[in-house]
Amino acid sequence: MTYHLETAEHPERLRRVAIDPVSRVEGHGKVTLLLDEANKVQQVRLHIVEFRGFEKFIQGRPYWEVPVMVQRLCGICPVSHHLAASKAMDIIVGARQLTPTAEKIRRLMHYGQIMQSHALHFFHLCSPDLLFGFDSEVGKRNIVGVAEKYPETARRGVLIRKFGQEAIRITAGKRIHGTGAIPGGVNKSLSIEERDTLLKDVYQIIGWCRDAVHMARELHETDPAMYNSFGIFRSHFMSLIGHNGELDLYDGKLRARDEQGDVFFDGVAPADYAKHIQEEVKPWSYMKFPFFTALGKEHGWYKVGPLARVQNCDSIPSALADAERREFIDYAGGTPMHAALAYHWTRMIEMLHAAEMIKDLLHDPDLLGHDLMVTGERVSEGVGMLEAPRGTLIHHYAVDENDLVTMCNLIVSTTHNNQAMNEAIRHVARRYLHGREITEGLLNHIEVAIRAYDPCLSCATHALGKMPLVVELRDVEGNLLDQLSRS
Amino acid sequence: MISLPAFAVLACGNPSRGDDALGPLLLARLAAWLESEGLTEHFELIEDFQLQIEHALDLQGRRGALFIDAGLAMLPPFTLAPVYPDDTPGHSTHAISPGAVLAVYRRVVGGEPPPASLLCVRGEAYGLGEALSPLAAENLELAWPALQQFCREWLQTIDV
Repeated sequence: MTYHLETAEHPERLRRVAIDPVSRVEGHGKVTLLLDEANKVQQVRLHIVEFRGFEKFIQGRPYWEVPVMVQRLCGICPVSHHLAASKAMDIIVGARQLTPTAEKIRRLMHYGQIMQSHALHFFHLCSPDLLFGFDSEVGKRNIVGVAEKYPETARRGVLIRKFGQEAIRITAGKRIHGTGAIPGGVNKSLSIEERDTLLKDVYQIIGWCRDAVHMARELHETDPAMYNSFGIFRSHFMSLIGHNGELDLYDGKLRARDEQGDVFFDGVAPADYAKHIQEEVKPWSYMKFPFFTALGKEHGWYKVGPLARVQNCDSIPSALADAERREFIDYAGGTPMHAALAYHWTRMIEMLHAAEMIKDLLHDPDLLGHDLMVTGERVSEGVGMLEAPRGTLIHHYAVDENDLVTMCNLIVSTTHNNQAMNEAIRHVARRYLHGREITEGLLNHIEVAIRAYDPCLSCATHALGKMPLVVELRDVEGNLLDQLSRS
Repeated sequence: MISLPAFAVLACGNPSRGDDALGPLLLARLAAWLESEGLTEHFELIEDFQLQIEHALDLQGRRGALFIDAGLAMLPPFTLAPVYPDDTPGHSTHAISPGAVLAVYRRVVGGEPPPASLLCVRGEAYGLGEALSPLAAENLELAWPALQQFCREWLQTIDV
């Protein structure tokens, strides 16, 4: 592993290409490439240019408000923050074992979130790149182009996402700003009518999700040389693992594997995360760089998210998804797959798993139960952890005797992948930009590598006209030579 | 068969991100006004952080749709104008534009979407934890009568 291309020797002599912000990626990201006079890439960085201020936003609030407030941190994955905060506050109120109804309601909500997020990413954000190629005209790379050529695909994408949103609405009480999970449990279970609303569609949804896995696989098989190598670099993996080594997106203990697939650590309780993970601050980005303490900053970074999870677990506890997992492992040839575009395939395996789990839960009578809350001995500190759509999400709080939050530390999925995304774009830059003139299609290769990780850089802000894409080309003196703007 | 309200109002924004709250604030004010006027049965009010592809499904069976959002790329205080299906690629974020929602409707639902308009209110600052800026608050007050008038005109098109 190397930091090659992170910092050029003489950046003042290089010309600068900025992709600002990265399109179809949440938040405020910017990619800068410094090129020398021969158009050789000398430095590549993914910057996060907006300060988040998450911790300041939360400190000083009563702990029971936090599961609701944290939903406003992110417009794309509010449910993940809601549940991670609730899990941390469970510890605070001494609710170390939820009632079966409470845990299953939360899981239903979480699987709904996984489904809707993965469907949006695959069908809306990435299919245009995957179906039409990275060099296709920019207009064709949009979902519009997908819909023209694959109308049924686009329709299914919308309906799968809608189904996931319905699971969230029914369990959280509202489409957004829901209050379903509260410290110690949930505030409602499902009615028979609500259960049946989801049950009538779930088998169709499972079928569509399975088709989506096959579509992702077929894309790989159409061009294995490209798919197996684009944005590739080797690294460690990390994710939560269930008690029997299975994929568990809601709960478990941390397991990490090295680049060869050997277990590096296992069985780490969420409360002990800080013993194994540290974060480095770099002056050129607001987003921190986590690393495994035992390996240090330079060698200890890792990947999280679907590609990590599907290869980190020993099995998937739903039949169809586990069969697809085994197909994926076989395709990878017995060693871990590290190619960035394999995220899409594994993301679809997880979407299928979420649909199957929703089906199983809907047949479980506990969902209709009325035993919703537990309490126990109040403590002052709690860590909540789950596998959000993009990867491991950590919420860590300390609460004082007045019930106010005095300390908050969040490590969000995209932060775990910070170094990995930087490495991916450096690989792509070396391979596709080196010594060539900059074109829109080539720049899009950079963005495709970032999109594979589905980063959520600092979202929840959406205002019309706020997110244009500006590409600047500057000479070695910093003079603007050319500018490309998408809005 | 369940009868849907004739009109859908979709407001997007994050109430905890400064002027991004303009959409939710106007929607809340609209909800209170409709309640006081006894008009709630004719309107479905939908709030979300961002417009997404599935919002196309919320437009099914409506006589009209209104999107409300904060904006930067326009002059203050606000604009209120028809919006049409727009297949122009958007490069913003995970979110899509009102025109793109209408275009998704065409493909997913089939046929023409209901007539739609966009009320876009100028905002200035969008930081996490910030309150509404004074300029945005002024713009909100100026936009509110226009929103009321728009809804009254809608109601004139149906038997109330």
